[in-house]
Amino acid sequence: MLDRLATLVVKELLLALREPQTRALLIMPVVLQLLLFPFAASLEVKNAHLAIRNEDSGGAATELIERLAHTQAFPEIRLVHGEVEMREVIDSQQALLGLEFPADFSRNVAAGRPAKVLAIVDGRRSNSAQIAFGYASGVIADYAAEHAAASGRPVTSKVVVRNWFNANLEYRWFMLPVLVAIITTLGSLIVTALSIAREREQGTFDQLLVSPLTAGYIMVGKTIPALIIALGQGTLVAAAAVFFYRVPFHGSVLLLYLCMLCYGLSLAGIGLFISSLCETQQQAFLGVFTFMVPAVMLSGFVAPVENMPLVFRVISWCDPLTHFIVIVKGLFLKGYGVTLAWPNLWPLLVNAGVTMSIAYWMYRRRVA
Amino acid sequence: MAAISLRRLVALSRKEIYQIIRDPSSVVIAFVLPFLLLVIFGYGVNLDATAIRVGLLVEDHGAEAASLAATLATNINLDVHAASSRAQLERWLVAGDVRGFVVVPSDFSRRLNRPGATAPVQVVTDGAEPNTANFVAAYVAGAWQGWTEQYALDHGASVQAPIEVIPRYWFNSAAVSRHYIVPGSIAVIMTIVGALLTSLVVAREWERGTMEALLSTPATRAEFLLSKVIPYYLLGMSSMVVCLIVAVTLLDVPFRGSLGLLFLYTTLFLGSSLGLGLLLSTVTRNQFNAAQAALNAAFLPATMLSGFIYEIDGMPWPIRAVTYLIPARYFVEALQTLFQAGFVGSILLKDLLFLLASAALFLGLTAWRTPRRLD
Repeated sequence: MLDRLATLVVKELLLALREPQTRALLIMPVVLQLLLFPFAASLEVKNAHLAIRNEDSGGAATELIERLAHTQAFPEIRLVHGEVEMREVIDSQQALLGLEFPADFSRNVAAGRPAKVLAIVDGRRSNSAQIAFGYASGVIADYAAEHAAASGRPVTSKVVVRNWFNANLEYRWFMLPVLVAIITTLGSLIVTALSIAREREQGTFDQLLVSPLTAGYIMVGKTIPALIIALGQGTLVAAAAVFFYRVPFHGSVLLLYLCMLCYGLSLAGIGLFISSLCETQQQAFLGVFTFMVPAVMLSGFVAPVENMPLVFRVISWCDPLTHFIVIVKGLFLKGYGVTLAWPNLWPLLVNAGVTMSIAYWMYRRRVA
Repeated sequence: MAAISLRRLVALSRKEIYQIIRDPSSVVIAFVLPFLLLVIFGYGVNLDATAIRVGLLVEDHGAEAASLAATLATNINLDVHAASSRAQLERWLVAGDVRGFVVVPSDFSRRLNRPGATAPVQVVTDGAEPNTANFVAAYVAGAWQGWTEQYALDHGASVQAPIEVIPRYWFNSAAVSRHYIVPGSIAVIMTIVGALLTSLVVAREWERGTMEALLSTPATRAEFLLSKVIPYYLLGMSSMVVCLIVAVTLLDVPFRGSLGLLFLYTTLFLGSSLGLGLLLSTVTRNQFNAAQAALNAAFLPATMLSGFIYEIDGMPWPIRAVTYLIPARYFVEALQTLFQAGFVGSILLKDLLFLLASAALFLGLTAWRTPRRLD
């Protein structure tokens, strides 16, 4: 029976890898995503355009503008004159943030009176604009503190910030472990979900049914190739993360593969489940989508799970990707061992068990 | 190319529409999927950190430390959990139970009252979540700043008047991230409806052998293509209506632009994404490959490179250059403008031109690659 299974696995793998077009489509996207995403997917604010309207001719405003111009976040500062121009620049998104120094700004600073700066934040992109606003207020606060120190009124307390696991808050260190998870998701889901639908469309499914293979064997035969492809793609991304992008990997490689395997299993279960519901490849593809977009969006990768309403947090907990992302990130950046990974590993195992059983049950029902 | 015969076009379109209607999954795509995705994007993708969990350890027993701790605990942006030791805080941070922690060291009050000394407050953030880490540092610093000013006032110290930065949020006064994520996600949904579905339709005809049957009919290339475009265009438009209704009523996203312009931009964008889908389908002639290609050429760029979540200005220049070629970028911009600002001529004109060009390009390429005879 085992060699029958092996035959099926070989046949599936050949189908996936034999045709140059199909093979290219399994590898090309991975390479493309690896090259694009770490650079593109970032919530960091760089190269933001800052517009400044300075109605003050004093030294304090000039010095602050000088300092803002030297910040990495704002390589380009546009000086605008008058309210109309400011409105135009913000409206047409030529600047993310606008600062207005009123005419009495420098005078107030020099006299030790409260001085005001008005900031116009583009609410159409509130996340980036808020971060840019944070940078600008930081520069201004530093200036105020130094000014206070220089005039003999020292600040007596300060906040010292340390970022653990990723001292410079490199967004890429966050992105690449997540990519390991997301790229494996796509590969294995598409392979399993579309394979049975394709057999059905091409009429070869009936041939499989009349073969001596039982439903369980057919399922295993469809699962193993998906696992092999998932592990292959995962390895490629993880290797690129470590060797090309220089993301530190503090955990155990063995544990990474073990978790990848569990994750691959639960995905294969979901893929087979989708497959058992569908008649055509178009439907299966759609099914993959209906699962994948929410799974990615609610996994905590785009926005933190804590920010979601309760219902979505529950869904997010059931999403295998959520747990897998925590584990991969933990392995890369925090040096997770089995004990630390366990709170996220057992939901993954349960998930794999449940989805595989449902898929098997659906499959038996369809076959019988 | 022969002139388009209306009779043949209607017949071909009708066949395509029947195929769509008979397949229950297309109803799911046109109506259920937009609804579901919009709700997920609207509520699930929330970048406004409401209350971040942070740990707090006060090693100092002085009154100053206690008052600082109380200020932190009442900050609406922080969900503060007191810890009993540093080791506990570290465990929490490693396990991801908190996104950062604050330590008020044992000599805080003493140093605060000693002239010439500075009393540090330590903040440690979880760098594995860089965006949240930024917010943790900013919120703690904000709370701390408020506390120091209050402290100085209470002690009659002549505080150096701070420079106050007063933010005004234009277009989105409460700075709700949903207000710009929802319009952007409509562009992603339109990409799914437009490009992914059509990527399969021509390939299906090839796989099933019905393409040869079609080629043997007097139908011209233009008729064939239009019969594929029109039904899916109608499907896309109905999804847009669903999206608009859900966004405005259920998600409370304001729509300040004109419906006529929304219709125009949706038409153009659907033109380019239907064109791209058909092109991939025509070139690959295989449903599995067409689906994969559509995913990579349409869906991923629409989510990652359109500027709907990730700021284009922050990307390195080669990638910024690539984003100019992505139709979704212009549609996202147009939608965000129509929803939030209403009308901004310079942005909308640029988007109009680029969308027109990309629709013409993709539909033209498809027409060029559509064979009229068998090889």
